[in-house]
Amino acid sequence: MGGTVLLIEDEPNIIEAIRFILSRDGWVVHTHSDGTTAYQSVLDKRPDVVILDVMLPGKSGFDILRDIRGGAETGALPVLMLTAKGQSKDRELAEQIGASRFMAKPFSNTDVLSAVRELAEG
Amino acid sequence: MSRSTLTGTRIRERRMGMRLRQADLARSVGISPSYLNLIEHNRRRIGGKLLMDIARKLDVEPSALTQGAEAALLEALRDAAVGHEAAAHELPRIEELVGRFPGWAQLLADSHRRVAELERTVEMLTDRMTHDPFLSASLHEVLSTVTAIRSTASILVETEDIDRDWQDRFHRNLYDESQRLAEGAQALVAYLDEDSAGEERVRSSPQEEVEAYLKAQDYHVAALERNLPPRIDNLIGAAPELSSSPARDLARHYLERYSQDAAHMPLGDFAKAAVELELDPARLAQRFGVDLGAVFRRLAAMPGDRIEAEVGLVMCDGSGTLTFRKPVQGFSPPRFGAACPLWPLYQALSRPMAPVRAVVELAGRSPRRFLTYAICQPAQTSSFDGPQVLEAAMLILPEPVHSPAQGEVLAAGTSCRICPRRDCVARREPSILADGF
Repeated sequence: MGGTVLLIEDEPNIIEAIRFILSRDGWVVHTHSDGTTAYQSVLDKRPDVVILDVMLPGKSGFDILRDIRGGAETGALPVLMLTAKGQSKDRELAEQIGASRFMAKPFSNTDVLSAVRELAEG
Repeated sequence: MSRSTLTGTRIRERRMGMRLRQADLARSVGISPSYLNLIEHNRRRIGGKLLMDIARKLDVEPSALTQGAEAALLEALRDAAVGHEAAAHELPRIEELVGRFPGWAQLLADSHRRVAELERTVEMLTDRMTHDPFLSASLHEVLSTVTAIRSTASILVETEDIDRDWQDRFHRNLYDESQRLAEGAQALVAYLDEDSAGEERVRSSPQEEVEAYLKAQDYHVAALERNLPPRIDNLIGAAPELSSSPARDLARHYLERYSQDAAHMPLGDFAKAAVELELDPARLAQRFGVDLGAVFRRLAAMPGDRIEAEVGLVMCDGSGTLTFRKPVQGFSPPRFGAACPLWPLYQALSRPMAPVRAVVELAGRSPRRFLTYAICQPAQTSSFDGPQVLEAAMLILPEPVHSPAQGEVLAAGTSCRICPRRDCVARREPSILADGF
């Protein structure tokens, strides 16, 4: 594989676990924890796939997704959304705004890995 | 469908009550006994001259035969039948039901009303559950922790050649997260336990706790009137009514404002001035150099004997939601839902900074009048940045000595649901009162 993933998440131990499994699969993993500057980080890092948590300090993941979908260079970027609230309401909203994939916490490592692989392949 | 189909039953009851034979009554009004029999069994409509004649013979008002006490019951049953296919099908026979089985019909109507009440309660509780910020935050915390644990644990189990450093690190993470999970779960259990400890606790909102606290001291916080008042947090800590933390926050906000008001309008001076100026908020505001809202609050905090009057106060925010209520005898603001839209409180809300004075007559068995003053002002928290937050208050005083003429009195109520003013232009929902109609 060998693409780049940007993980936008604020729980340090979740970051560490996801970074570990993706790195072992050959991905370069960048992480970012602050909601307000997350979009800028997407522009800077130019990842192949973004993993985006819904509940972030400073700015909600939905708003960041809106920015991503609205950006000329980032509009088609594959985004995997993570949320601790597996409610259908959240899922609907994520789909509406244009999330490529949606995953409720607690997720399994294998699911995250295969989702990232599929998203990168398009 | 005619509402008069029950008339026959009433004629029959009345006739039998008078021990009058069917044939005799029929003859006296010039119809055949068999025709009267059909009328009495609601098989023939009756009206006009024949109804008048029969009413006269039975010594009752014709209206007593055509409209009974069942009107309200019929209304309730029709309401119950809405959206129920089988019942809607039998709607034309509703009067027969009421006529033949008044007890069962009443039971049905009462049950329907009770169900509606309970539905409201459930809605309220559900609303609290979904919007309870503590519950939502705790669940989020627990889920995040579980996610980290699951992910970390599966790495440890599934990665065969994991090196020693990583292994140690993930073990440590696992330990930290499990610690966090334990604390989170305990907090959640404690919270749920606290909530179910007493039936009352489930029902009461933070606002009701504050209300109970203030009511216990008749809305006069004597401790804050002293020269060296105790710390507000100590007062709150000592109050058994203020058990939840949102209630304590609300109370703190209220008491902070209270002590400010008390500093600007000291008890002794203010009570004297209030009596001297006949509770006129405008002149009191002028004398103490404070705004009208502060005078309203201060008057409502006075012990009744110091100012020779019982004073009520309601406050609402920009949405019209009541945020404070101090009832007086005969004027109890609704505990749930919105109040009467005709209240001067809401007039004031629509015209910020313009004072309103009105004599209000509350509908009821024995209508009572009150002198009210209302004002809407920006809340203290407003600033040049951000949205403007408005707050309206209405002071409720006893009826003035020189009560104005009828035309100048504002006819209002408490809340639509319990208001008997049927033809009110401001009515928002039907009243649940059957009598008075």
